[in-house]
Amino acid sequence: MKCQHCEKPATFHITELTGGHPQELHLCEEHARQYLTQADGGEEPGGVSLASALTQHMKVGQTAEELARLDQRACPVCGITFYEFRSQGRLGCPHDYYFFAEELEPLLVTIHSETAHVGKRPRRAPTGSETRMELIRLRRAMKEAVEKEQYERASELRDEIRQLEDSHRHDAGAAAEVVEEGEGSPKKKNKRSGRKP
Amino acid sequence: MKNDVDLSKLMGQCGEWLRGSGPESDIVISSRIRLARNLADFPFIRRCTEQDRANIERTLVEKLESVSELRDALYLNVARLKSVDRQFLVERQLISREHADAQGARSVAIDAHEEFSVMVNEEDHLRIQLMKSGLDLEAAWDQINRIDDIIESQVTYAFHEQLGYLTACPTNVGTGMRVSVMLHLPALVITRQIDKVFRSLQKISLAVRGLYGEGSQAMGDFYQISNQVTLGRTEANLIQQVKEMVPLLIAYERRAREFLMRESPKDLHDRVSRAYGILCTAQTISSEETMHLLSSVRMGVNLGLIENLEIFTLNQLFIQTQPAHLQKIRGAELDTADRNIERATYLQQHLRKGNYGENPKSN
Repeated sequence: MKCQHCEKPATFHITELTGGHPQELHLCEEHARQYLTQADGGEEPGGVSLASALTQHMKVGQTAEELARLDQRACPVCGITFYEFRSQGRLGCPHDYYFFAEELEPLLVTIHSETAHVGKRPRRAPTGSETRMELIRLRRAMKEAVEKEQYERASELRDEIRQLEDSHRHDAGAAAEVVEEGEGSPKKKNKRSGRKP
Repeated sequence: MKNDVDLSKLMGQCGEWLRGSGPESDIVISSRIRLARNLADFPFIRRCTEQDRANIERTLVEKLESVSELRDALYLNVARLKSVDRQFLVERQLISREHADAQGARSVAIDAHEEFSVMVNEEDHLRIQLMKSGLDLEAAWDQINRIDDIIESQVTYAFHEQLGYLTACPTNVGTGMRVSVMLHLPALVITRQIDKVFRSLQKISLAVRGLYGEGSQAMGDFYQISNQVTLGRTEANLIQQVKEMVPLLIAYERRAREFLMRESPKDLHDRVSRAYGILCTAQTISSEETMHLLSSVRMGVNLGLIENLEIFTLNQLFIQTQPAHLQKIRGAELDTADRNIERATYLQQHLRKGNYGENPKSN
């Protein structure tokens, strides 16, 4: 695809999310930078948009090759690539926040200036998050198997999903642990400090 | 779930947020809080298969219906609603435009007072919203927090130890909370100070949107200000940030109104009277022109330039003259030209009478 403003290939596909309707932009590197500078000019309603945060994120010294490599990384749970996230502006599943943690951190800093949640926490400590991720992955695998007409495989996967769903339901019932609001029970310490310089 | 509900129940009432009561209600229309939540064991919406979407919808609606506080809510299968009905819900701010236009299994639960609505399968699996008339963010937070707790006791939300509630878009992660206050700021528009005000709000990372979340061109001079940041602050802090700006904006708007009354009272009175005159006598009128003129009349009533007309009446007219509302009231599909005629007739009837419907409980 060509850049919307010149003959160069479009390497940045931006979905602008502020304002009324999502707007698709296909730009070469140079015009993407230019777009960012405009967006920074204060004309954008609503502060830092996701698109400008993404563009800003990529301009911090990433070469086209590095970016291409990064773009191909795909979440093992939902299958979304970083490229797809970059062009659509939406993540594919909760696991993406773990899998793309490194890529997302500077983006979160740009948008929120912070990287640690300090607000409300669920009263019940979430349990079995690995099982949940496995469920998302298996459902996707089953759909792919059906699409490829591998029905035997699909039916195996279906059984596996059912089994997991059942055991998970029992686990969740037994392990639901009520904790005081605002405290939670962190399993690991936050290594990263709140604010980036 | 009821599928082909009749929305006539909603038509006969006006949303809580339009009641036109509460402190500073001449300028502050409503307060709104929404929370974005996702189930832990499904992909985010964009990545869902049809089957996933259907499962999420079924699970959530079942859970919601089982909760006593939500049992009396009106459950609508948005995917099966006619386009005009979806638009009707958008105009009442009960669902988002994105929710109306999306594809696939999705629904909404609306409480009887239209104070809160829960969208299922919008951009996130759950979008819970609570609206209050006037400036009443604390009450809105108390209520929505309770509803969130109740729903959370039934399902497992996607939650990250460090990042908080996980959302499809990283701009919502953390609290998943958007706090907004809708203001009517006609004098700041007339005196051309509005852009300046908004640029300063953006500097402290507050977002400004129009009545239906459209871009900078706000319909009827209604503006919503809301928090941009959702991560790294407590809910109370986010509410405070929006809330502390409101008195300033009210003061600016009042100052602009006083300025107009002092410096060019005839021009102002003329603007208001002409607007009223057109609305009372036009034979065909577009939605945009109606909003624009109603805005002047609303300010005129607040400044005592027009008598015998209630703010509540005007608040309702802003909504009732929207395309889908007109068609629902008329009970027929109308094209743009017919709508414009219908709108003019409707305005004449309700403005000339100078009184409109009954003002529900005002406390």
